[in-house]
Amino acid sequence: MSRLTPCFETLRDSGRKAVIPYIVAGDPTVASTVPMLHRLVAAGANVLELGVPFSDPMSEGPVIQRGHERALANHVSLTQVLDMVAEFRQGDQVTPIVIMGYANPVERMGYADFAAACAAAGVDGLITVDLPPEEVGPLNVELQKVAIDNIFLISPTTPAQRVGTITANASGFIYYVAVKGVTGAGHLDSSDVGMHLDVIRAETTLPICVGFGIKDAESATAVGAMADGVVVGSALIDTMTVAMESGDSLHDGIEKAVTLLGSIRTGIDNM
Amino acid sequence: MTEMISPDLFASVPDPDGRFGPYGGKFVAETLMSALAELEVVYRGLSCDPDFQKEFDSDLAHYVGRPSPLYEASRMSDAIGGARIFLKREDLNHTGAHKVNNTIGQALLAKHMGKKRIIAETGAGQHGVASATVAARLGLECHVFMGAEDIKRQSLNVYRMKLLGAEVIPVTSGSKTLKDAMNEALRDWVTYVDNTFYIIGTVAGPHPYPMLVRDFQSVIGREARRQSLAMTGKLPDALVACVGGGSNAIGLFHPFLGDEKVAMYGVEAGGHGVETGQHAAPLSAGTPGVLHGNRTYLMQDQNGQIMETHSVSAGLDYPGVGPEHSWLKDIGRVNYVAANDDEALTAFHHWTRTEGIMPALETAHALAYAEKLAADMTPDQHIIVNLSGRGDKDILTVAAIEGIEV
Repeated sequence: MSRLTPCFETLRDSGRKAVIPYIVAGDPTVASTVPMLHRLVAAGANVLELGVPFSDPMSEGPVIQRGHERALANHVSLTQVLDMVAEFRQGDQVTPIVIMGYANPVERMGYADFAAACAAAGVDGLITVDLPPEEVGPLNVELQKVAIDNIFLISPTTPAQRVGTITANASGFIYYVAVKGVTGAGHLDSSDVGMHLDVIRAETTLPICVGFGIKDAESATAVGAMADGVVVGSALIDTMTVAMESGDSLHDGIEKAVTLLGSIRTGIDNM
Repeated sequence: MTEMISPDLFASVPDPDGRFGPYGGKFVAETLMSALAELEVVYRGLSCDPDFQKEFDSDLAHYVGRPSPLYEASRMSDAIGGARIFLKREDLNHTGAHKVNNTIGQALLAKHMGKKRIIAETGAGQHGVASATVAARLGLECHVFMGAEDIKRQSLNVYRMKLLGAEVIPVTSGSKTLKDAMNEALRDWVTYVDNTFYIIGTVAGPHPYPMLVRDFQSVIGREARRQSLAMTGKLPDALVACVGGGSNAIGLFHPFLGDEKVAMYGVEAGGHGVETGQHAAPLSAGTPGVLHGNRTYLMQDQNGQIMETHSVSAGLDYPGVGPEHSWLKDIGRVNYVAANDDEALTAFHHWTRTEGIMPALETAHALAYAEKLAADMTPDQHIIVNLSGRGDKDILTVAAIEGIEV
């Protein structure tokens, strides 16, 4: 079993919600990633999502696209992302890490080698945006051998009759995409989210976390009331890059993102 | 390869999961899965609906101007002194290339699905123009995504699209070419999936696109087959077509795949030379991977990042290729070769001067290879080259390369 299931059980027992930050590995620098992950945990993150940079991040909005581009300019490969996870594990054996990316780097490494490398590094789960249940079979076989969770996206366009197909392939948690669109886009309609979460809950007992469109404590709280956790990505990266573009140091830019995550943590805990 | 080459084999792909052997599939974000399923259901229904076929055929006849002629390039054939070369004149279609066969078909699908907004990606601009054209005709809103780099080298087509009422959206991410335009179109589709039909311009993308684009483009090969029999009394000995994503090539090849004796050559963009790494020839020098919704041969580095490509022709400047081509390569049915920038430019001039037909730079790659192929064959043999598009759009590019101010 990965660290995800015990993590969500503990949260559920104490009536708390998971706060899950997303950053791109190697953005803005290779050296900043692991320290930033530790800072996010200190600010209240329960699970970490680490983006694997890809040349063609088709589901990302402009903010995260730029993050991928900066990381690739730093020559960050999937192997290095796993090295970062291993380095993080030296200081934190508890917090689950999910890596999120696209199919091709995984295809290139090979499913069996990838699964083994993830297990060795201390990865707990995987989100592959462009591997729907229809395409995931052979990879899931390898992930299950090393007890790494495969986390699937369910979207507002997923028909009710398809939800069961997805949850049957999933473990760890379900990632509900709150808006039709790319990351960081759109306006979240919390009543619409609630309706979809009910449909998903009818099919699975897995925890459900909601992402895409969560920008601050307010939107996180609105969704957190219905879900088991919230994912925040673009808002953190945007906060960091806007700060740095207006003259902040790397350290200060990261701290502003960490502060935003802290405010989301506080908002959710006090709702 | 172990598989028997037979007509049945070629009719069996894609399988119900959209696979051509190990290639193809539906590698997209969950948000698009139901849209693809809906498109597949609608297409499977309409493709065997005689009224839909009649509407498609009528548009091809009266709006596009089909059938396109099969023209014997006698002067060029004589000059080479080998096989007779015939040109399938897709350049004579309305809008000047084969692309319109597919946009007519997909626009009819959009109409049947009640979509009011269409989007398209474009490289050279031919597919963008063909999409803007059908949108104008049907009164649909049209947004065309085009790499900022391509907008510079294809300014005439950009203006044509604007005249037709389309909005051309410059794409500034990544390499600013066709692959990035496709990324951006997919991002738009995810966002506006309810009211938007995505007209993919080539036989790539997620299932069912490679299948339906192939089906719409196969009119090229069906006509060529009939015309070859009528003009020469036999099937061609060889077919030649350029391959970027590969829609004109599949369109010509597909109706002949079961004809064992018809050799086929797909000509990729060799850029500065396949050996230099600066090219757009994934079948010649790439490896299988996943991009833009399908598994196929790609130009990628050892970490699975998609590499930047180079070709003098914007329409071939793409790091992937349609999944059916990947499969046809692996089973050995089609030979995939490359022609370099210089060879294409030489052919562009050579054919313009010898036959009075100015080919698109994309097409010039196929013509460059056909010249070599014909020289090794005999006058009792004949080749059909898909003259996929006309070269007017490339005049400024050619002039710039040659340092001529127009």
